[in-house]
Amino acid sequence: MRRWLSRQAHLIDFTLGALLRRKGRNLMMLAVYTLIIFMLASVTFLGSALRFEAKAALNYAPEVTVQNLIMGRHALSPPDWVKKLSRIRGARNIHGRLWGYFYDQAVGANYTLMVPPPRARDLAVNLGEVIIGHAIADLRKVRQGGYLFLLSPSGKLFKLKVIRILPEDSALLSADLVLISETDYRAFFNLTPEDGYTDIALTVRNSNEIPTVVNKITRILPTARVITREDILRTYENVFSWREGIVLAMLATALVAFAIFAFDKASGLSAEERREIGILKAVGWETSDVIAMKLWEGGLISAFAFIFGAAAAYAHVFLFDASLLAPVLKGWAVLYPDFSLTPVVDRLQLITLAFITIIPFTIATLVPVWKAAITDPDIVMR
Amino acid sequence: MIFDPPILALLLAAAVSAVVAIAAALFAVRVLRHWDIRSGSALQIRLERRTYLVTTALKIVMVMQMAALALFVHNADRMAILFTGAMCALGTLNVNQWGMPAFLVQIGVFLTSAVWLLLNRADEMGRDYPFTRAKYAFLLLFAPLVVASAILQWLYFLNLDPNVITSCCSKLFTPEGSGLQADLSAMDPKLALIILFSGAGLLAALALFSSAGRWLHVMLGILGGLYFMLAIAAIISAIAPYIYETPNHHCPFCLLKPQYGFIGYLLYLPLFAATALMLGSGLLAALGAPKSLQQRLPAYQKRLNWSAAVLYLAFAGIALYTILRSHLILIG
Amino acid sequence: MIRLEHVTRIHNEGRPNAVVAVNDVSLEIPKERVTVLRGPSGSGKTTLLTLIGCLARPTQGRIWLDDELISALPERFMTEVRRRTFGFIFQRFNLIRGLSALENVMLPAYPTGESHAALKARAAALLERFGLKARMHEKSELLSGGEAQRVAIARALINDPAWIIADEPTASLDTALVDQFIEEMRALKKAGKSIIITSHDPRIWQADVVDRIVTMQDGHILSVEDVSARERAEEKEQNA
Repeated sequence: MRRWLSRQAHLIDFTLGALLRRKGRNLMMLAVYTLIIFMLASVTFLGSALRFEAKAALNYAPEVTVQNLIMGRHALSPPDWVKKLSRIRGARNIHGRLWGYFYDQAVGANYTLMVPPPRARDLAVNLGEVIIGHAIADLRKVRQGGYLFLLSPSGKLFKLKVIRILPEDSALLSADLVLISETDYRAFFNLTPEDGYTDIALTVRNSNEIPTVVNKITRILPTARVITREDILRTYENVFSWREGIVLAMLATALVAFAIFAFDKASGLSAEERREIGILKAVGWETSDVIAMKLWEGGLISAFAFIFGAAAAYAHVFLFDASLLAPVLKGWAVLYPDFSLTPVVDRLQLITLAFITIIPFTIATLVPVWKAAITDPDIVMR
Repeated sequence: MIFDPPILALLLAAAVSAVVAIAAALFAVRVLRHWDIRSGSALQIRLERRTYLVTTALKIVMVMQMAALALFVHNADRMAILFTGAMCALGTLNVNQWGMPAFLVQIGVFLTSAVWLLLNRADEMGRDYPFTRAKYAFLLLFAPLVVASAILQWLYFLNLDPNVITSCCSKLFTPEGSGLQADLSAMDPKLALIILFSGAGLLAALALFSSAGRWLHVMLGILGGLYFMLAIAAIISAIAPYIYETPNHHCPFCLLKPQYGFIGYLLYLPLFAATALMLGSGLLAALGAPKSLQQRLPAYQKRLNWSAAVLYLAFAGIALYTILRSHLILIG
Repeated sequence: MIRLEHVTRIHNEGRPNAVVAVNDVSLEIPKERVTVLRGPSGSGKTTLLTLIGCLARPTQGRIWLDDELISALPERFMTEVRRRTFGFIFQRFNLIRGLSALENVMLPAYPTGESHAALKARAAALLERFGLKARMHEKSELLSGGEAQRVAIARALINDPAWIIADEPTASLDTALVDQFIEEMRALKKAGKSIIITSHDPRIWQADVVDRIVTMQDGHILSVEDVSARERAEEKEQNA
């Protein structure tokens, strides 16, 4: 074992020297390899960061949401639904929610207008007050204590005092948020209390009973669509994985091109290199020693490319907000002037990344490596 | 179909492995027909040179397969949130009928890979490559396994339907239920622990001190394979509850979760490795020492046995540690 | 002793450009002597050297090293035999460019898995013996001809082989370096090494360190002369 280790140490030592001796070619290989890993890593890092953000945001979502459907489309829920639902055993904190979207022509951005849920005391707003996401604060250049002017769709001007600006941490879903009181909300969109709510939220005491509760709701309110938090979570996970997968599949083309490039570079052995391998074999290296040395060469290049590529991708996604990829993966996020993602990278992602990049490279170089290694030792004497 | 990066990685690994295994099997046929170590013919020299390529490719595939096994389980565990009812890898594996077979065949690939590598090592020690035929005949068994594993994984992943409601481990691994999992959980914990510890001790002792008989050695390999299954059963019926500190949770997969400090990997790794060593050593004994390896083979087998013994003791030690650390008392 | 029995080596066997480089050669090479293979280029002497040195396998025939049949070994074990038995000195020395003198000397021992420190110490001691202590960290392409020659000899000795094989070692060397080379061979012979040299350089085969001259032509052996015996005979005549 010690001999084996010592031999590997010698081989690595020799390989490092050999890599440095052919700087030009190897740097080129390293650069292309790093670029590939950078692209793939950026996609997976961004994907998981978005997933993480979405999940974090969902922590505040109600366990069960009930929506009214008219002609298969989402419609306002009648106010008496709240009463009907409160008869279900196990359902708690039933409350109607009011939320909607509003296009602000002044700055050309979409806002999410919402009445804060009754239980969120730290988000409570009174008449004439507003809590806004930091993106809107930046866009409209208002500070806490200042006033936000909004022109309603019907043309009325609202003057709202900004009592709080939401921090950036769960940026993705709160940046465009405008929280106002129910009275203001109804006045803004011309809704009467009889019109009801956007949807109705409730919680379930025992999470095992969610399916039962959902069943009861659909029985009491046949036109309702019931969405559980688990459903949304699963959909998010699906959507993100799927998008990530699509992007990766597209990058597979790049990966194939890279494998061909690696194969080509490994096959194009210079006369100098062939002579070198001949010398090594003549003085006592065995074919498997040369293969091991060459695999170390590939392994070292892989390791460097992996470290550089993954580090660059980390910086790209978490320091530079994935500026190169954001439009593809975020989809809806054109509105966000800036957002920063919580840096989360897990082991599984890194292992996956290693699999996807190192396997094609190693396989592509295997035959050329072997061809080089079976060089006849007697060429040094010819 | 779920289009997920880890799944893509696993499918890539499976496809690459299958291609290499098929190519290796075709080469194996040529070796079995034409190999003649005493000949200096051009064909023999070509075959010899090609064994370097095939061996290297197989080594890479085998390392990849071992990593893939870990990735497979880890990914299945993570995907549990996608499926209603799943709480760990087991639920994900049960989403369709291909999951469990894919997993078991993957374990088979792991063990046979390891045995092949040990055989290959022994073969390369002898000046006349004494085990070459055996080695390549073995490959003809190994290749279908790898291809089966690849096909099962493709079927499993292509048919992953997020709408399926699956069962979680606490439903399958209950003594009250029916089926193999339930039977495994229902095993008497006292008996299970006796088998686990005495088995590990016995195997370690035999591996250390039975350098003599060839057939005893073969038996030892068989015992190693048998103990593997018994030890897994013992983990399910007794060790798992100790780790979870509840008498009713028997799942062998939840052990791998981060909230239990990945103790499962620590427990399974020595067991898997020791089993592979025992099987390899037993197979070498069955093949018998050829003339060119009269001295080196027994020494090599002794090394394998020693390593296996140390790993069995490590396995038992870790199992004991989980019991001592636990607040649960199963046996009065 | 190395014994060749009816050894034939065909390059590109089975193809239209097949060449019989060595044709049915039987030969014995004694231990602890200096044997020179002589002949014009294309005579097959270098090919014969690759067969003796386990760098290639004969197409036909057998080669024995002492009592060990080495011509039929698989490549892996042939390499093993080569590594522990033979030290090579190539034409133009074939040092690896970009590596230091010290690293070049250490190279043949890498596969043995000797610890780095021990190996380095051994290589440094060898270089010191050849008067290269000050130059051992120099890149090999920056060494002078004489220095490169001594590094090549040191490299041949690192695994302490019983046999030294040199292929046209003095081609393109000036007289001073040829003399130096002959002196090194004399020292090695004295230390009990067996030496085989191919050369068409008269300065080599006229050297008094040579014991036996094998002359080759067209893959055959023309003659085997025992030079040391001849000299001894001449000396006796003179004394008488």
